[in-house]
Amino acid sequence: MDDRTSVPTGVFELPTVDTLTDTRDLLAHATKEAEKLNDYFVVDSDGHLSEFPFWQEIIGRMDNKVYRDMAKSFKDRPGSPPGLSNATPGMLYQDMFGRIPHQQRLGEKTPSSQHPMVTLTQRAMDTMGLDYMVTLPTPMLVLGMHPQPEIEAAIGQAFNAWMCEDMLPHEKRMINMIYLPFNDPEAALREVEKHAANPQVVGYMVTSTRYRPVHHDCYMKLYAAIEASGKPISFHSGFHWGDESMKQCNRFLSMHAISFVYYNIIHMTNWVINGIPERFPKLKSMWVESGLAWVPFVMQRLDSEYMMRTSEAPLLKRKPSEYMREMYYTTQPMERDNLELLEATFKAINAETQLLFATDWPHWDFDLPNSITQLPFLNEQQKRNILGLNAAKLFNLKVPEHKLGKPSLGPVGEAAAAQGITLSKGR
Amino acid sequence: MADVKVGRFDDIADGAHRVYATSGREVGVFRVGAKVYAWENHCPHAGGPVCQGRIFGRIGEELTEDKRSLGMFYTGQKHIVCPWHGFEFDVETGRHPGDEATRLKGFPAEVRDGDIWLKLPG
Repeated sequence: MDDRTSVPTGVFELPTVDTLTDTRDLLAHATKEAEKLNDYFVVDSDGHLSEFPFWQEIIGRMDNKVYRDMAKSFKDRPGSPPGLSNATPGMLYQDMFGRIPHQQRLGEKTPSSQHPMVTLTQRAMDTMGLDYMVTLPTPMLVLGMHPQPEIEAAIGQAFNAWMCEDMLPHEKRMINMIYLPFNDPEAALREVEKHAANPQVVGYMVTSTRYRPVHHDCYMKLYAAIEASGKPISFHSGFHWGDESMKQCNRFLSMHAISFVYYNIIHMTNWVINGIPERFPKLKSMWVESGLAWVPFVMQRLDSEYMMRTSEAPLLKRKPSEYMREMYYTTQPMERDNLELLEATFKAINAETQLLFATDWPHWDFDLPNSITQLPFLNEQQKRNILGLNAAKLFNLKVPEHKLGKPSLGPVGEAAAAQGITLSKGR
Repeated sequence: MADVKVGRFDDIADGAHRVYATSGREVGVFRVGAKVYAWENHCPHAGGPVCQGRIFGRIGEELTEDKRSLGMFYTGQKHIVCPWHGFEFDVETGRHPGDEATRLKGFPAEVRDGDIWLKLPG
């Protein structure tokens, strides 16, 4: 709830947005849109926080005292850099050099009565009309490129402890996907086992920006544990300008556009061709923040090659695209300049049941719920599914009755309705 | 259409802008020399508060005669940049530099006796 004073009347001025602007003012236009969605269940399957402002708290949760002391030693350096992190602040161009202040920093005032991270997340949820938000880190998305696997494991462990024990208990609408320190499979397995029982932990996240073949035998125990938990594994993509291929791009735009898709294309290809869905048939996978246009591209490429070179993928019993149609995808950043292509993509991925809305807030290329509600080719129930009901099923979230929408008639009911027949309630 | 007085011309420095809200409508007023331009504070991309962004110089890229790049430079045109996603629009034409069809919605604006008047839908 916005507890500030009421809006003035007559002619009044609106201020220029900067890094101190209150989220509720910055997203005021989104709030007007959200008011139309009061009876929708909306889940943001990929929201973020900026962890560096809270870095001292996070590293304070490291189990290993040596690494903890190493990280803390940075506190007294000029600017208090985030000790042990491999992020490169001088090359974080996402805010377009001051054009997008919220990407740079959410420096607004927050009450002292609760942690600022909780307040900022609540404000984002309230202004955009979200029922739940998956809250994931930001600079840590590149932690998979850290040259020291043991440091990735230490930071990952600390972040998970901070998030699950210090943050989530304060807001039940915040849900989380555990950071998996994937360069150390044993450490990743420990994180799964440690947090599997937490109902606010709705899955496990591999940050895709890394050079690790996801089909390697060292991950089989991890996948078995995640499958047993019933929660999904997600591959959250990212960028890395230090990648030899990406170094060919001279603009952030070019590198960013390709990089986010590139890592998930590689991981998806290895995942499917090596038969991970056959080895772990109940393991649910989610592909996050790569947009959607790459999915039908990979489906077509892999199907085409698989039909000729079937002998190289002996674990598969179906075409690659058939496995991919059973996986889950998040919307953002959803390519929607060509609605015909987007509609074909929705059909290809069976969006009605497999697609999950995501904002990526507070990042520069965030999407709002109207990115789904305004699509002309979706019916009402499809919109509801994508905005939140698919996520409710996948994450086991309770949906209030008034947000369930019109109950599906099912094939018999639809056939009856088409003929003008009303079926009784008792059937 | 209704004439609405929103502020004083002298209150906006040359090259600057202000954003006014009145009767549920939000309008950015941009001053370029002796002229004023008024654009709706609604980005055609996602509905962001475009006029509450900052003004940046349009960036160009200079080429030699044989098409080698000499790097970036400011063209002298001014763009208002939406603070939500970075869409940018020429403050005089309301046009996105990369797409003729992506434009801000404009309103007639003029200066009378030092006051800025807008014609807004009633």
